[in-house]
Amino acid sequence: MSEPVLATHGLCKRFGALTATDDVSIDLKPGEIHAIIGPNGAGKSTLIAQICGGLASDTGRVDLLGRDVSHLDTQARARAGLGRTFQISALAMEDTVLDNVTLGALGATARPWRFWQPVTKNAALKETAMAALERVGLASDADKRTADLSHGQRRQLEVAVALTLSPRAFVMDEPMAGLGAEGSKQMTGFLDTLRAEAPILLVEHDMDAVFALADRISVLVYGRVIATGSVDDIRQSDEVREAYLGESA
Amino acid sequence: MIAERWINCAVIAGILAVLVYALVADEPFTITLLTRVVILALAAVGLNIALGIGGLVSLGHAAFFGLGGYAMGVLASHAQTFTPLDLGFFTLPGTKSMPIIWLVAVVVSALAAWVIGLLSLRTTGVYFIMITLAFGQMFFYFSISWSAYGGEDGLSIFVRNSFPALNTLVPVQFFGLCFVLLCFALLLFHRLKASPFGLALNAARQVPERVETVGLNPMRLKLVAFVISGAITGLAGALFADLNRFVSPTMFSWQLSGELIILIIIGGVGRLMGPVVGACLFVALEHWLGGLTDFWHVWLGVILLMIVLFARGGLIGLLTGKEGAHV
Repeated sequence: MSEPVLATHGLCKRFGALTATDDVSIDLKPGEIHAIIGPNGAGKSTLIAQICGGLASDTGRVDLLGRDVSHLDTQARARAGLGRTFQISALAMEDTVLDNVTLGALGATARPWRFWQPVTKNAALKETAMAALERVGLASDADKRTADLSHGQRRQLEVAVALTLSPRAFVMDEPMAGLGAEGSKQMTGFLDTLRAEAPILLVEHDMDAVFALADRISVLVYGRVIATGSVDDIRQSDEVREAYLGESA
Repeated sequence: MIAERWINCAVIAGILAVLVYALVADEPFTITLLTRVVILALAAVGLNIALGIGGLVSLGHAAFFGLGGYAMGVLASHAQTFTPLDLGFFTLPGTKSMPIIWLVAVVVSALAAWVIGLLSLRTTGVYFIMITLAFGQMFFYFSISWSAYGGEDGLSIFVRNSFPALNTLVPVQFFGLCFVLLCFALLLFHRLKASPFGLALNAARQVPERVETVGLNPMRLKLVAFVISGAITGLAGALFADLNRFVSPTMFSWQLSGELIILIIIGGVGRLMGPVVGACLFVALEHWLGGLTDFWHVWLGVILLMIVLFARGGLIGLLTGKEGAHV
């Protein structure tokens, strides 16, 4: 068995009387897509914030590449190799598409303290940035204003920014959110190829995508992982049906 | 619509044209007014780095303007009275040399901006505006009670400070010095905005959470921008004090902080020449309308209202037809 790239051990988070994350231990192995599903309010976003560093855990630990990163802030975890995408696109809307990926490339170099040379003249940054756009199919829109992109294109750009970091693990918060059937299919195809590069912890509501992509699925209900298993295990679990999928699944 | 670079060239050409007119017509007062435009523009170019690129609405930039002014006032007054400046551990002689005064003004205001920024940047939005205002007011009241340097009455410097190989008492030579400094600041703004730092700062204004997830620290980016911004405004303060040969607590007043913001909004937030256009209009109104009525600020208010309501990109945005300063 190979060492997990990313693992949480007994993560807890309470907001007053509400337990948002309750003793969550999950891991992400090389080359896999591990999907986290659960009804609204199950604590998926809280869990992501705890993993990526936006929210301090009450107890528990987050390990990245075998190293405890629990006490690092968001920036340090990103530099340690965590590539995150947001549920609601967090992009600089006033700037061009290229600017947004260049920011990622700049983050990867960790050297933003250059005040004089134009960023457009920096061949290395531009190369990383364009390569990422190329991969998600946005290269021809590089000079467009981000606000002028369609919703689907913004979702692609969101992934492209994470790509520029060459992360060791991706944490994706609903990459399919708001995508139509066609866009969702396209994104599914892309994420499928991406797992070879770095494993993906995928929080997603689109069940077709989850069942098509996931190697393993964990079901989160009221902050607690009630089941972890293969797609078939989860489909057949009575507990999961009852708690989440309902009769339609 | 007109390309922004042509407008920028026209603004600079316009300032120089007025200068030539003033020289030909022998109107030294017009040159003094023009120098005032250039210095206020310089102060606002400084603020534009924090406000325009970094989105930091500082209502406390008068603190840096005043610190620059008092750096000049304190050093020059000691030189004027031939008394050393006692700093506790050691004493320093005063000086009438502009390069040294500028250096002190820049260092002192940069240090102050670092401390104020470190504390203020923990907040955002209206709280940031209020905390920077509070810092500005602290300096204002301190200067009022600082009787060693004139307190409420301020401090007069009898002869303008000197610059190697120039006679700064000749209005056009002092104008030239200020104008060159403004050009340097504009060049810095232009390069900085297009630099990797500018890109990151611009993103930190719009989506700080994104900047964090690519491994950069938005707080630190904004702090550095605030320090650079404060240093430039401080330099402008030293020049302003030299223009008037007078320093007083009004340089620390919150009205001045507000005026700097107004200059930028009139010209165009985040635009290279926004502060310059704003300063031209401001000084012109102050001079002409101020000559007609004491209540000229009312008309400034009307213009500001029109711009905020109908021309969000400022006067430059109106001419280029682009609302945003970016892209």
